[in-house]
Amino acid sequence: MKDAPLVEVSNLTRVFDVSKPWLNRVIEGERKAYLKAVSGVSFAIGRRETLALVGESGSGKSTVARMVVGLLPPTAGSVTIDGIDMWEAKRAAERQKLRRRLQMIFQDPYASLNPRWRVDRIIADPIKAFGLANSQREVEARVGELLTLVGLAPADGRKYPHEFSGGQRQRICIARALSSNPEFLVCDEPTSALDVSVQAQILNLMRDLQDRLGLSYLFISHNLAVVRHMATRIGVMYLGRIVEIAPSAELFAGPRHPYTRLLMDALPDLGMSGRPRRPIEGEIPNPITPPPGCAFHPRCPWAFEPCRVDAPALIERDGRAAACHAVAAGRI
Amino acid sequence: MSEPVLSVRNLKVAFPTRRRTLTAVDDVSFDIAAGEVLGVVGESGAGKSLTGAAVIGLLEPPGRIVGGEVRLSGRRIDNLPAEEMRKLRGRRIGMVFQDPLTSLNPLYRIGDQLIETIRTHADVSEAQAREQAIALLQEAGIQGARARIDSYPHEFSGGMRQRVVLALALCAEPDLLIADEPTTALDVSIQAQIITLLKRLCRERGTAVMLVTHDMGVIAETADRVAVMYAGRIAEIGPVRDVVQRPRHPYTKGLMGAIPTIAGHSSRLVQIPGTMPRLDAIPKGCAFHPRCTYAFDRCRAERPEPLPAGNSRVACWLVADNPAGVSA
Repeated sequence: MKDAPLVEVSNLTRVFDVSKPWLNRVIEGERKAYLKAVSGVSFAIGRRETLALVGESGSGKSTVARMVVGLLPPTAGSVTIDGIDMWEAKRAAERQKLRRRLQMIFQDPYASLNPRWRVDRIIADPIKAFGLANSQREVEARVGELLTLVGLAPADGRKYPHEFSGGQRQRICIARALSSNPEFLVCDEPTSALDVSVQAQILNLMRDLQDRLGLSYLFISHNLAVVRHMATRIGVMYLGRIVEIAPSAELFAGPRHPYTRLLMDALPDLGMSGRPRRPIEGEIPNPITPPPGCAFHPRCPWAFEPCRVDAPALIERDGRAAACHAVAAGRI
Repeated sequence: MSEPVLSVRNLKVAFPTRRRTLTAVDDVSFDIAAGEVLGVVGESGAGKSLTGAAVIGLLEPPGRIVGGEVRLSGRRIDNLPAEEMRKLRGRRIGMVFQDPLTSLNPLYRIGDQLIETIRTHADVSEAQAREQAIALLQEAGIQGARARIDSYPHEFSGGMRQRVVLALALCAEPDLLIADEPTTALDVSIQAQIITLLKRLCRERGTAVMLVTHDMGVIAETADRVAVMYAGRIAEIGPVRDVVQRPRHPYTKGLMGAIPTIAGHSSRLVQIPGTMPRLDAIPKGCAFHPRCTYAFDRCRAERPEPLPAGNSRVACWLVADNPAGVSA
């Protein structure tokens, strides 16, 4: 029997108002416009587990990440972490305690560190904010410990962010995220700004830290190969919905949803096996006016009548799920 | 053997600074034949983009070519006056950059930009040029080209813009196309479309392509030969299959192992310790030796030249002694 999951996200939805200003709407006779960035997303993350959300630009994966850490209120749905609802107002005090237990790592290590603060101050900030140390000496000792943990030297704390390379800065971001002893890290494209050899260092570090500290990750990426390397389970997103979610090995052994299949085909083949590839035709539709029915149907070679009418529900079978009429009907 | 379209010999690019002169591209040599795609791959700061910029004479001052030569179909072009070089660009050498928005003028309709380019290089009427432009856009995979030719760049998506840029680069039927990270800003599904298109258009025309990218996957899909650059020098150059599947240089080996693949199981990735040296601190001898697990005394003292090893040329003392390559 597994324990209760650490993080439970259910039916998460976020709508952005992208209307023109009121006067323009009146003059041009336009209605309000809404963009449904995330729609009905549900998943659970167990302790010491890594769930990855993968998708192309505009799939809503970063919006999910921001709602899970509490940076963006959802339009509907809930995020529950260890039994506490992130967005329920009356439990504000409990939520405050929850904040210490989850942290975030961002994509751009250049933009996410204050250039005017020394590194030790950057890392000490959460320790002080959550009152996790009793004296300045204790803070300093903890900062040194964290820097060592991520592969830097305690003396690096006296330097400014610009003195470090991209990979080293991402290490600083990880040290800062770990400074409040979190259990859960949300990582939004943590290595996409880095070179491959540096990416390998950071991915290895993140896996070592997970083993040592028992962390759970929500890992957001557009790179299927990186996700394959990091995740225990993978959710594939397309235009705001999860179209398929499955344990990592099973997803790669036999993708079910047409979008997942085509996405894997589109990956450049380093093995140079010369396998035939079906390119994905067309482009991601405009999310303000998504196609009716299944959002993927205009690009899908398996689309049939129901796909143009009904949005398919995520149907679970053998511990994995896909949202596709053709899969449900046994056509593929 | 026919003459290569592009021949670069001992190219050296330097940036003079107040204190000292920094050498960003050092002694780089390669050829590209007609219809061939040479991939130039490396991490940030390896000098791959500068090599491309030097070939087309678009180095940002104070950077300049301080040694070696560049020949286009046998004719030396690195010492041409700026005005003659300008005529050569576009006509004989096409260019595609990473961000399609910076290559297109946002204030002009794409049709006007194509027509202007076509008429600069060929003596045709406005109407003829327009027909050519429509045909080119169709060939580049833009549906309804006749209707969309009068659109502005912002009315196209990123992938469509890159198709327009590709059409623009190829409209004068150049002999050489320099593509600098042409798919880096695009999503995977669109990236695959653009790579396929680039390959098809250049094969049909027999255009030589210099494809600069950091993405080994794109190289494996597209290139015939590949040059791996490190700290301004070529570490290894050879047929793409040899370099990708049987890399000989320790840096290439490390780089290939560091790339997560969907085929590989989720074990640890190969890790190259450290980072690429900065231009003002390139170590003596082999530039890679401080990060190389196989380094020995000679690597620290003497700089290796790219020497033949199998079908490749590899700049590594271990490979020079043992052409089969370093056994990992």
